[in-house]
Amino acid sequence: MSEKILMKGNEAIAEAAIAAGCRHYFGYPITPQTEVAAYMAKKMPKIGGTFLQAESEIAAINMVYGVSSTGKRVMTSSSSPGISLKGEGLSYLAGADLPALVVNVQRGGPGLGGIQPSQSDYFQATRGAGHGDFHMIVLAPNSVQEMAQLTVKGFELADTYRMTAMILADGTLGQMMEPISLDFDIAPAPAKPWATTGTKMERPHNIVNSLFLKPEELEKHNFLRYDRYRTIEENEVMYEEYMMEDAEICVAAFGIASRVSKNAINEARKQGIKVGMIRPITLWPFPKAPFMKAAEKVKAILSVELSMGQMIEDVKLACECKVPVTLCNRVGGMIPSPDQVLKAICDLQK
Amino acid sequence: MVVFDKPHALADVPLHYCPGCTHGIVHRLVAEVLDELGIEGKAIGVAPVGCSVMAYDYFNCDMIEAAHGRAPAVATGVKRADPDEHIVFTYQGDGDLASIGMAETVHAAARNENITIIFINNAIYGMTGGQMAPTSLPNQVTQTSPYGRDVKACGFPIRVCELLSELDGPEYLERVTVNNVKNIRNAKKAIKKAFQNQIDKKGFSLIEVLSSCPTNWGMTPQKALEWIDEKMIPYYPLGVYKDRSAKEEK
Repeated sequence: MSEKILMKGNEAIAEAAIAAGCRHYFGYPITPQTEVAAYMAKKMPKIGGTFLQAESEIAAINMVYGVSSTGKRVMTSSSSPGISLKGEGLSYLAGADLPALVVNVQRGGPGLGGIQPSQSDYFQATRGAGHGDFHMIVLAPNSVQEMAQLTVKGFELADTYRMTAMILADGTLGQMMEPISLDFDIAPAPAKPWATTGTKMERPHNIVNSLFLKPEELEKHNFLRYDRYRTIEENEVMYEEYMMEDAEICVAAFGIASRVSKNAINEARKQGIKVGMIRPITLWPFPKAPFMKAAEKVKAILSVELSMGQMIEDVKLACECKVPVTLCNRVGGMIPSPDQVLKAICDLQK
Repeated sequence: MVVFDKPHALADVPLHYCPGCTHGIVHRLVAEVLDELGIEGKAIGVAPVGCSVMAYDYFNCDMIEAAHGRAPAVATGVKRADPDEHIVFTYQGDGDLASIGMAETVHAAARNENITIIFINNAIYGMTGGQMAPTSLPNQVTQTSPYGRDVKACGFPIRVCELLSELDGPEYLERVTVNNVKNIRNAKKAIKKAFQNQIDKKGFSLIEVLSSCPTNWGMTPQKALEWIDEKMIPYYPLGVYKDRSAKEEK
């Protein structure tokens, strides 16, 4: 077994990005993700990489767009209000089919909100990061180890499918420390013949672009992109099941909510309640099949979230409302306690 | 004997620009410079949003289309990706560079980002049909200042070269125009220097080109070129606003 190191979640993301070959980072200070930038500021100059504190979140995501156009692995990180500013760039990255890794260490909103953890950017991440029809691959770690692993995975998925992969974490995961292994398997980046690296007078010019003034051409690009999305939905869904074999109640939770829920489930099991959990690791593509399967045998699903109920819509869609789906939540930077989740489970058992 | 030929860096396609518009001249000057400096194969251009949005089809070098105003940030990324190999330029209009993209412009200049910016100032938004620009002159009639630009309500035009010249960052700032042969020759010299500075790793060079928009100004092409002399140059004087290396050599 490899040596373990105690790290903050934000630092684990930065370290994993460097391991994955990312040598360009652009960001703007915002709590609670600033450690990513601080780590990059220290490391990048020593390994021939670029750390640049941009003048805004908007500039940062456009610098990402520039590096990505040249085919190199590149990332930015921010927290909720900053991700809203990046929305324009995320749409352009999608329109130009450019790979990038974007990290959102979520805090409470809307507006300036607060600086404590939240999961209330779920809709933004899975549905509406910017204008137009597009998706990002959304990865939801629930430990510091996964912050690192999914960062590596995110770069690979982004390159494979030429799109943005987003790490959707929260303030708790960003700030908490856990021992992790930094032993990663890194797949080599694929060739990028589309990249704008200069023609060297050896090939016709490459164009990175999201403008298609002819509607039939733009429609074609959208259809092709969604064909690619279907491949992702078929091949890249990730989730974890916990004690679902005999479960009569299913908890749905991702990220830090799944850690709290696990404690509650363990306690409920001690009381003889047959409860399990499906933890989506990819929020897009959403693990629809396991929820559909669960709906055939459980009597209820409990969605535990740090939002006013956002993932619950995907859970209901996935199981086609075959069983009641209820919400257990705290918001605004508050986190549900194991006791609150346990009580919600017990209420469903009645 | 060929005495006048199309520059290799300029694509052999029809341009969509209106009759009398000076974009065509400036495109040609940029392409001639890419040829003469032998940098087409290393060059990566960043097109703006506005009339020159489709510049990506008009240059034979690699091209990137940026979001409105974000070209200097995109160019920063491209340059930082390979500072020794990439020759990076942006081609932007006044709405793009001096309004929605002002922050990106100022900060790229402040960082002395080693890129070349060709800034087309025609005092109007062309692509969207002639709205007031950050560089529209006082009392200038546009679609969104139908009674003339009222400086009390809309503020004053922005002189980009003068504004940036106050920064310690930029290497080279010059304002030129292309309304007659002499001025075109000067403009070519300035554009060439702006690219040579990048090759020499001197840093941020911006060439502001006073340009005409006969369509949205409501003038004949000839009258529009005269309007540059009569109205624009008095407000936007031509000249070098910063040339750090020349100053240091003195």
